[in-house]
Amino acid sequence: MDVKAGPQRLVWRNAAVEAIEVLTPRVKSFRLRPEGWTTFTAGQHVDIRLTAEDGYQAQRSYSIGSAPDGSGTIELAIEVMTGGEVSPFFHEIVEIGDDIELRGPIGGHFNWSAEDGGPILLIGGGSGLVPLMSILRHRAAVAPQVPATLIYSARSYEELIWREELLRRRADDPHFRLIIHLSRDAARDGMIAGRIDAESIEEAIETARPLTTYVCGSNPFVSVASDLAVAAGLDPSTIRTERYGG
Amino acid sequence: MATRGFVGRRPSDEIGNRLPPGQYLTEDFPVLSAGPTPHVKIENWSFTIKNGIRPVAKWNWDEFQKLPHVKLTRDIHCVTKWSKFNTAWSGVMIDDILAEAGIEAPTAFTLAHSYDGYTTNIPTADLIGGKAMVATHYEGQPITPDHGGPARLLVPHLYFWKSAKWITGLQFTSRDEAGFWELRGYHMYGDPWREQRFTDD
Repeated sequence: MDVKAGPQRLVWRNAAVEAIEVLTPRVKSFRLRPEGWTTFTAGQHVDIRLTAEDGYQAQRSYSIGSAPDGSGTIELAIEVMTGGEVSPFFHEIVEIGDDIELRGPIGGHFNWSAEDGGPILLIGGGSGLVPLMSILRHRAAVAPQVPATLIYSARSYEELIWREELLRRRADDPHFRLIIHLSRDAARDGMIAGRIDAESIEEAIETARPLTTYVCGSNPFVSVASDLAVAAGLDPSTIRTERYGG
Repeated sequence: MATRGFVGRRPSDEIGNRLPPGQYLTEDFPVLSAGPTPHVKIENWSFTIKNGIRPVAKWNWDEFQKLPHVKLTRDIHCVTKWSKFNTAWSGVMIDDILAEAGIEAPTAFTLAHSYDGYTTNIPTADLIGGKAMVATHYEGQPITPDHGGPARLLVPHLYFWKSAKWITGLQFTSRDEAGFWELRGYHMYGDPWREQRFTDD
C-alpha cells in the first residue's frame, strides 16, 4: 500500500551547492540544486558520489531534510564523522558554487505523503532527525490537520538540529507535539534530561494513537526506540525504521 | 568529472580489489531493517519449503539442528555502501535442505519469507550449488536478533538485503516475483560487482 508507482532508472546528476549553513557544532546543511530534478517523497534519500582527479570514487547516502516544495532544490544535513572520508570533505572543503554528483530520490518505505494520513509518531536520535524533518515540514505545508508527535533525542541543547524551527513549530502548530530528550545534558525549557524512555512513548501515544511510526537514528537508538514502541503496544507492522551507519 | 578538492582515502590494492564499485570497508557490523526487530523464540521457530502455495517440507528448530551444519566465510556487501570481509557463518546449505526434503528445486525463482513479513526474491540458481545457506551462527555464536537470529538466509554474492533476516521459509515461484525492497525501487537481482543497486541499474 505504501509502494509508490513505477520507479525510474536513477541517473547521476550534477547538483550545484546553493547555500551552506552551520546547524550545530557537528552538523552543516547544504542546499543543492540537482540538474533536471523533478520531485521526491518526504523521507527519501540521495546517493552522493565524489570523484578524485585520478578517478577514485566514494559514495555515501544522505537523507533529504527539506520538504518536497517545488523549489527544485534539496537540503541535506550532514553530520561530520570523525575520521570519515566523505562527511569531513563536506564540512571542510565544499563551498557555495561547487558541483556535487548525486542520484535519487531513493527509498520507497521510510516515506510519508498526505494520502498516508495520520496520526504520525516520529522518533529521531541525533542526525536521525533529518528524514523526519522532511516529513514534518511537508505535513505542515500540505496536511497540518494531521496530528504529529516528534520525540527527538540529542546529546545536548547545542546539538539539537533545527532547534529554533522546531520550537517555533511547536508554538504555532496546534496539531504538532514535541518531546525533546537531552541524553547528556541537564533538563531545561521543558526538555527532558536523559535518554528516550517508555514514559515519553506512552505520553506520545496516549492522546493520539499513531497510524504509522517512523524511527530513525543510530543502530542502538533505533533498537531501543523501536523496542519501546512495540512494548508500548504499537503494532510492529506500523513501525518503520531507518538506521544510520547502516 | 572530478569533484573539486576531493582527494579521498583509497584503500590498499589488497582491500580495494575485494571491494565492489562504490563500496567501502567497515570493521563494524551495521544493522539494517525496515521495522522493529522481531524476537522469535526457537520453540516457536519453523522453516518451511513451499512449491507455489503448497508446503513440501517443514522443520522445527530441533529438527533443523540435526541437518548437516557447515561453515561459510565470505565477504558481504550492503547496498548502503558498506562491505565487511571474512564474515564467518555456520548453518545449513540450501542444497542440503533440498536433499533432506527429497526434492530438486522445482522452479527457477525463489521468494524468501521472514517472520516480520519481509520478502526478497532470488533466482534459484543463486541459492544452490554451494552458494547459499540458512545461517544459525555467526562467529561461533547464535545469531543475535538484530542480525537476523535465530536464523537468516545467507546469499553472500548478492547485496545483503537478499540475505533475509528472521527467515521462516523459501517459496519456489514460477515467475520472478519482486520482494519487499525490489517493489520499492531496488534491483531484482542485486549483483554488487555490477553495482545493481536500483531498478534497471
